[in-house]
Amino acid sequence: MAYPPEYKYTKEHEWLSVDGATGTIGITDFAQNSLGDIVFVELPKVGAELTAGSTFGTVESVKAVSDLYAPVSGTVTAVNEELATTPEKVNNDPHAAWMVRLTLANPAEAEGLLAVADYEKFIAEEQ
Amino acid sequence: MRYLPKSPDERKLMLDAIGAGSVDELFAPIPERFRFTRDLCLPPQMAESEIVDWFRARAAENANGQQILLGAGAYNHYRPLAIDTLISRGEWFTAYTPYQPEIAQGTLQAIFEFQTMICGLTGMEVANASMYDGSTGAAEAVMMAMRVTGRHEAILARSVHPEYREVIATYAKYQGLPLTEVGFSTNGRVDLEALDKAVTDKTACVLIQSPNFFGTIEDVVAIADIVHAKGALLVVSVAEALSLALVKPPAEADIVALEAQSFGVPLSYGGPYAGVIATREKFIRQIPGRLAGQTTDRDGKRGFVLTLSTREQHIRREKATSNICTNQALVALMVNIYMDVYGKVGLRELAEQNLAKAAYARKTLGAKAKVLFEGAPRFNEFVIEGTADAEAVFTRLSKDKNIVAGLPLKRFYPELGNTSLWCATELTSREAIDTAAEEVAR
Amino acid sequence: MSTKDIKKVNTHPSQNEGLIFEHSSPGKKAYRLRQLDVPAVDAASELGSALRTEAAALPEVSEVEIVRHFTRLSTWNYAVDHGMYPLGSCTMKYNPRVNEYVARLESIAGAHPYQSEASAQGALRIMKTLADALVEICGMDAITLQPAAGAHGEMTGILLMRAYLESKGNPRKKILIPDSAHGTNPATAAMVGYQVENLRSNANGMVDLAALEAQMNEDVAGLMLTNPNTLGIFDAQIGEIAEILHAKGGLLYMDGANMNALVAKARPGDFGVDMMHLNLHKTFSTPHGGGGPGSGPVACKAHLEPFLPKPVVAENADGSLRLDYDRPQSVGRVRAFFGNFGMHVRALAYIMANGPDGLRQTTEDAVLNANYLRKKLEGTFDLPYATPTMHETVFSDKLQNKQGIKTGDIAKRLIDYGFHPYTVSFPMVVHGAMMIEPTESEPLEELDLFVDAMKAIAAECESDPELVKNAPHTTRLSRLDETAAARKPILRWKPEQK
Repeated sequence: MAYPPEYKYTKEHEWLSVDGATGTIGITDFAQNSLGDIVFVELPKVGAELTAGSTFGTVESVKAVSDLYAPVSGTVTAVNEELATTPEKVNNDPHAAWMVRLTLANPAEAEGLLAVADYEKFIAEEQ
Repeated sequence: MRYLPKSPDERKLMLDAIGAGSVDELFAPIPERFRFTRDLCLPPQMAESEIVDWFRARAAENANGQQILLGAGAYNHYRPLAIDTLISRGEWFTAYTPYQPEIAQGTLQAIFEFQTMICGLTGMEVANASMYDGSTGAAEAVMMAMRVTGRHEAILARSVHPEYREVIATYAKYQGLPLTEVGFSTNGRVDLEALDKAVTDKTACVLIQSPNFFGTIEDVVAIADIVHAKGALLVVSVAEALSLALVKPPAEADIVALEAQSFGVPLSYGGPYAGVIATREKFIRQIPGRLAGQTTDRDGKRGFVLTLSTREQHIRREKATSNICTNQALVALMVNIYMDVYGKVGLRELAEQNLAKAAYARKTLGAKAKVLFEGAPRFNEFVIEGTADAEAVFTRLSKDKNIVAGLPLKRFYPELGNTSLWCATELTSREAIDTAAEEVAR
Repeated sequence: MSTKDIKKVNTHPSQNEGLIFEHSSPGKKAYRLRQLDVPAVDAASELGSALRTEAAALPEVSEVEIVRHFTRLSTWNYAVDHGMYPLGSCTMKYNPRVNEYVARLESIAGAHPYQSEASAQGALRIMKTLADALVEICGMDAITLQPAAGAHGEMTGILLMRAYLESKGNPRKKILIPDSAHGTNPATAAMVGYQVENLRSNANGMVDLAALEAQMNEDVAGLMLTNPNTLGIFDAQIGEIAEILHAKGGLLYMDGANMNALVAKARPGDFGVDMMHLNLHKTFSTPHGGGGPGSGPVACKAHLEPFLPKPVVAENADGSLRLDYDRPQSVGRVRAFFGNFGMHVRALAYIMANGPDGLRQTTEDAVLNANYLRKKLEGTFDLPYATPTMHETVFSDKLQNKQGIKTGDIAKRLIDYGFHPYTVSFPMVVHGAMMIEPTESEPLEELDLFVDAMKAIAAECESDPELVKNAPHTTRLSRLDETAAARKPILRWKPEQK
């Protein structure tokens, strides 16, 4: 699956899409693939403050749990409620199945993340 | 040794295959200074008949054929013979946790049935596959309430089984969970006024027992109102599970922590029993212990698997809902069979017999001593206050009449003075009740 | 698949059977109550508003249906009584029948936990005799039988650790746990309020002593160590490990899950362990029961004895026994009453049947069996650690990965060959782990059948990988959809699902 070039990526396999002061976060195709069938996604509440590098939720498959790490800091403005009943969307279309939207506390943080080419190189080494 | 299926020649052959000169070579990884070379100080091998003799002799040192007029968390009900004949099949008792569902459908389906029955009895939506017992189940339920609410204080009713409260204190000690107690009124029920004052918006949960340690049935609805008004959870512990056949289930509770021993589990000097946690669907990811769930195989046939395992220690390690691994599966199977034998109608009729025996016992003993906590309904236990020393009566009944009865409450409740706790079940004979009443008055 | 190559089993019909609720019909019954010898009462007037108005939804069935139901269901289970059950670290050994018999003797099974001590001398004697035997086997000084299972024992042991360190003025903050440990270890440490710090293994699968030296300080309460560990490797540096911990005031907790490798051959108390739990359902033959009950006694050295849960069984001057509650430094209770007494009875019967020489031979046979399997399967499967192993051995699926086959697939295929699978994907330090513990209970014939089966499967992985990936093929049900079960949990039966 292609990695959208306009996204930024982390070594923990989250993606970030930035639109002005709003960021959207999800997990990458690589992440969903290594987790396998996702059965549950635990997300923060609207209003929660995320700090770059710290955990903000979990994603579960049948036999594994993985923490979600915030690529950037900010305040959660929306969570993808659909994932509560249809977590399989993360498997089917990971780069569209967003998890949280947030108002970025410091847009410059996004600059420090991986560009698509660097991320693709990173996962090639992971495999 | 008769459990070891090998001849000396076979052992030799295997050592040769391995390329070891002696079996001790296989123990070479243990440093020599730590190898144990003498015989353990234990009796020599005993024949099966000698073992049976030894345990029969120990059994003879216990009271034999005693009448039991005591519950206090361990209830003497008849165990239908189907239970032991069925669970004695090796397929049940020599199997392990059903991690491989294709060859463990028996155990998995039995757990699924058990979970269903517990939900029906307690009025809850989900139940787990079992906890160690009622006391640890109650402790885990309190910890669960802490996780659900994110709050860090708990209130226990003083009328909860004293040993359950001790266990909860042990569990809570290092969880940063201060515990406070709320007392009981003259009718034996939780002191609602005191409870109302005690519950705050920092309270994670209130734990009550119903029927409580004195046999009194709590006003669960009134308690739930007080607890829920402050956003706390209500945890109801049930030690005498048979009460649920006749007493309104604690449907207003958020978590029910049940001890299922009454349902076909031998007294066995306190264990093994089976705890269960039942709760609402919305709290499902915070429930400790195993859960069996329904699914299908590749051909669409119904089957069962252990599910939602990511809550558990083997996956989530230090972030797990509990460290529990081994549970009480075979005991839960006894409970399942028991509930099938009595069923929807029989369990209720059985509970009615218990009610009748307890009423007779209360009346008969009430003629010789004062019955405490009048004014609230009870199931099969009650408290009396006599003139004779309760410890002396307890000892005398045991020694002279072979009756276990009248647990002196001073051991647990100094404020209750010279009182004792009694119980009657369907197995308690009228004659034993009459005899005990004579002794109480002596 | 050619079934003629499978020597251990044959398929035969198994009965279909619904849920017990699906047999229910109003008016059927499997009971008759006794004649009531006291006046009947009216439940409504006794209970008032507390009366249950709607009966619980339990089935209404007859006795024969119950017996058939549970007999049919039982035939869908694999069990030790069928054959080898090589789940690593679970010690699925034979469960002797005399254990079951003596636990059911009427005055033992019928003893009430609150009956007077004078009328429970037999029960107390059983507990005392077992306690003494286990203390001797462990090389310890004292024991509690109260914990209900291994993980419960771990919690008790760490409570002892904490109470002891508190009495010395500082409970400390962290517990070290090797990466090969059971999940119960970190979960337990967290329950007793400790942070978990991971301790690295070295290339031999043992504790990395340099890492231990570096991580051990006044913040560390102790180490939880399984020895032999989950790779089946006995950590020969155990003496040094204990010294490093003790030098900095920490304690060494041993998880006794793998005690089946040591009984009568080495004693944890002799190599510096401060406290440990035993799993009576592993090492001492009490049945696993489909997941429980177990029993997890905790043995300790004298310096921890004052902190043991109360009560403990104590001896009176006249030789009779009592329950001693007067223990001011106790960590408290971990369970109501005295533990899983019925399991104490069974474990003691097992120890009596064995005696000192039988216990030694048992351990030797357990280690012999595991080493035999290791030798026979080495080469066919990848052995990630060359270090000698004791009672269990861990292979990996590395060689079979090339065909896209994983440890779980090989495990499922073993079912077709008539065996319960080994432990899959554990310990986590080995990718694609296959953890095999035969125990002492397997005859040579059964071991050879297992070796044949494993080799045949390895060949199938090359010749017909799809056959392995889609196994099992001979069970009542094919692979079950665990994903669907977790996404939309159905945890109880509802009538409308019919």
